[in-house]
Amino acid sequence: MIDEIRKIVAERLNETDDKGARLDGMVALRRTGPAVAPHVFVAGDDLSTLEINPRYPLMTVVSRLHKRLPDIRLGVVARGCDERAYVEMAKRNQIDPERLVILGFACTAEEALECYCAEPFPKNLVVGTPAAPGPQNPIVAKYDTMTLAERRAFWKQQFVKCIKCYGCRNICPECFCEACAMEDKAWVEPGFLAPPFPAFHLIRAMHMASRCIACRQCEHTCPAHIPLTVLYDLMRRDMEALLGYVPGADLAALPPLSVTLEQTPLLLGDAHDPATIPLAPIGR
Amino acid sequence: MDYKNTLTTCIYCGCGCQMNIETLDGQIIGVWPSKTQEISQGKLCIKGWNVTSFSDHADRLTTPLIRKNGELVEASWDEALTLMAERLGAIKTESGPDSVAFLASAKCTNEENYLFNKLARAVFNTNNIDHCARL
Repeated sequence: MIDEIRKIVAERLNETDDKGARLDGMVALRRTGPAVAPHVFVAGDDLSTLEINPRYPLMTVVSRLHKRLPDIRLGVVARGCDERAYVEMAKRNQIDPERLVILGFACTAEEALECYCAEPFPKNLVVGTPAAPGPQNPIVAKYDTMTLAERRAFWKQQFVKCIKCYGCRNICPECFCEACAMEDKAWVEPGFLAPPFPAFHLIRAMHMASRCIACRQCEHTCPAHIPLTVLYDLMRRDMEALLGYVPGADLAALPPLSVTLEQTPLLLGDAHDPATIPLAPIGR
Repeated sequence: MDYKNTLTTCIYCGCGCQMNIETLDGQIIGVWPSKTQEISQGKLCIKGWNVTSFSDHADRLTTPLIRKNGELVEASWDEALTLMAERLGAIKTESGPDSVAFLASAKCTNEENYLFNKLARAVFNTNNIDHCARL
């Protein structure tokens, strides 16, 4: 699989479109010695160092470059979760779809299992065969059997471990507000651990409704091993059941929290036509 | 476009968490925890996540400062180190080694702190040495 991805990336970097333009770079992971980190490959680069593991939120890299370099045209080597992240970021003006080519590859069955991933492949599938969806997180099934008091006790036990590193927010491809409510002194008093229960984590959970695309970067980066994706899986389930919205599924679908009850966008300009809206300013 | 991730070690404490400092054309634009390192395994604390907040801060000292006539004036390293050696030497002669305390920094490397400890104990002959992480 990796050889095929490297080959296709090399081809795409050397291709010209009908206007004679090439991609300025391909966002992917690069191995340097024992370390792997996000990188932008350009034509002529040694692609034997291109990697697909470990997972990083590469759409955040795309967004940072799109915002700072208004003419840059990029490709990105993406998993299903990266593509879903793109969908929710593009409709919130974090990425310019006109300047991005997605080269999608399918995750393995093991990866789908490990991530409890419901859709372990992108729609722009170029390499690999879609694996079967992973199972539901067993903690979610267990949670469903708990009483309200037990659920509260469960979260209390988890959130008390929080060291307030803000890593869940920092790594999240969908967390890009300029001002963060989790840093607002009115909600979260500075200088205290653990953070206010349950407000601190529920502020983020509420802001993640209609945004969380289940990439699970937050849980992986949590130094306190809080099962954050249980919270977000539950939120995603409610969003789908109550409002019929699946984050990451459809670029044209307006997020229910960004429109009025009459479906009028609360965004400036026409949310369906990204050309009418400039990219959002550079956030945190 | 010069996009880079530079692998480095967090300077805030002795844990040795690794991170990539993300730069675009020489400007820092982000921090990515290193997921390929055994110590921190893709995790950072709040200090690590904000490790770049001082790197280009307006208040960051980039040269030594010497107080002259009540005002701090920029000086060269040679000038500052010479002055320190003279003054510390004079204080030691006048008031003894225990008249001075050495305060090390958790932001320095183990090796730098070792040398600092040597300077305090072996050169200056005092055990008055502590570090900022206890403040």
